[in-house]
Amino acid sequence: MAIRTRMSGNEAVAHAIKQINPDVMPAFPITPSTEIPQFVASMIANGEVDTEFIPVESEHSAMSATMGASAAGVRAITATSSCGLALMWEVLYVAASSRLPIVMALVNRGLTGPLNINAEHSDSMGARDSGWIQIYAENNQEAYDNFLQAHRIAEHKDVQLPVMICQDGFITSHAVENITLWEDEPIKRFVGEYHPEHYLLNENEPMAVGPYAVSSYCMEAKKAQAQAMMNAKQVILDVAKEFEEVTGQHYGLFEGYQLEDAEYAVVAIGSVCGTIKDSIDALREKGVKVGLLKVRVFRPFPGKEMAEALKHCKAIGIMDRAESYSGNGGPLGAELTAALYQAKVTAETVNIMYGLSGRDVRVEDMEEVFGWLEKMAAGELHFDEYPYLGLRTR
Amino acid sequence: MSMKASEINEKTAWQDLTEGLKIYEPGTSKAFCTGEWRTQTPVMNWEKCKQCLLCVPYCPDSCITVKNGQRQEFDYDHCKGCGICAKACPFRAIEMREGKEGGNQ
Repeated sequence: MAIRTRMSGNEAVAHAIKQINPDVMPAFPITPSTEIPQFVASMIANGEVDTEFIPVESEHSAMSATMGASAAGVRAITATSSCGLALMWEVLYVAASSRLPIVMALVNRGLTGPLNINAEHSDSMGARDSGWIQIYAENNQEAYDNFLQAHRIAEHKDVQLPVMICQDGFITSHAVENITLWEDEPIKRFVGEYHPEHYLLNENEPMAVGPYAVSSYCMEAKKAQAQAMMNAKQVILDVAKEFEEVTGQHYGLFEGYQLEDAEYAVVAIGSVCGTIKDSIDALREKGVKVGLLKVRVFRPFPGKEMAEALKHCKAIGIMDRAESYSGNGGPLGAELTAALYQAKVTAETVNIMYGLSGRDVRVEDMEEVFGWLEKMAAGELHFDEYPYLGLRTR
Repeated sequence: MSMKASEINEKTAWQDLTEGLKIYEPGTSKAFCTGEWRTQTPVMNWEKCKQCLLCVPYCPDSCITVKNGQRQEFDYDHCKGCGICAKACPFRAIEMREGKEGGNQ
């Protein structure tokens, strides 16, 4: 029997780690992800898992040690946030290009500055081109379920890439919500044991990881890595299907909420989607055809699939919780707009900057956004610049 | 997928290289002739050499091998021409010459 209980997003991920019982976890504390290694350390002290915890001196070391453990041939995980992820930057790319199936719990927090510790996607969005698979959660349940699926995706022979399981700082990581925990045994069977084909500590096969690659080999390696990211799309769907058979929970590359007949749609990532769903329920009662496309998988980017799901809409609001400082909008706005253009979807679009540094987004804010979309479709509103939602202005 | 370094070359397709260019055999660096980078070349004057073997531990690339207590000719496939051996030699038996091909005296 599944267990109905209540816990925070950080506790939920820690519970997933307990059920997976990974071999090695090097980590360095940083708000708001600190609780995850803290919970794991308690679980080790209580004898609930036999994970080797390595208290390292920085996040650069955390990712380096995680890489070393993974290359040695075991399941290695870590957790971080914000500037911690930034300090891992160099090693993130090495982990991905070395094709190591590492799993990281990322609790999204804005990058400084101004100095702030709240929810924003600028940390993971900055790492969007590092070669890591990125899966985002709306709530604690999804953070838990996504983490349980991560190793299966990372370790698949067609993928062999590291995975970032993201949840919004504080809103998801610290808020205590209802959750359904799955029984240990079926989850253990689903996750399975890890037996890599090649590993550094195999005395019968001496090997080198991360050798220097001259120009005549490097580009070929990068193409192979890009292909693995493309392969990940199908693997993510296959693993989700198997997870559904065990738990009954359905996951895809993204979730459509009232999207099929929506004239006005919003595309967003993470915890804000709960608020958006409430605003959709309110507007649908008034007869307005509004819907949501909630992005679960950002890397690999399901551009074609999202364009197909949005092609019937009259106006689309693309929500970004991360500035690019490109002067041209945020990362989701830039990539989805390009995908819509390639798919010849001609709906009106607007890229909306919201919730930066933990700025609250209310149901009323989202009703305002849907109002914008209606006006845009009617030709009554046009944004010269991408708007900031809830910004004080003169 | 080619698993041996000897099976791949600059014409190998991307699908046939190992993931992350991992190498599954030891000692493949021997096949990488780093001596091609050399712009100066150490040349032995065997008449001056007293076989004191001081040059051997000084060589940062292990390019001076010893057999039966006697140093052998330089391993020009891997010598990068740094000149440390010439500086270390107390008998000035090693001369650095311009170019990749110093030739023997």
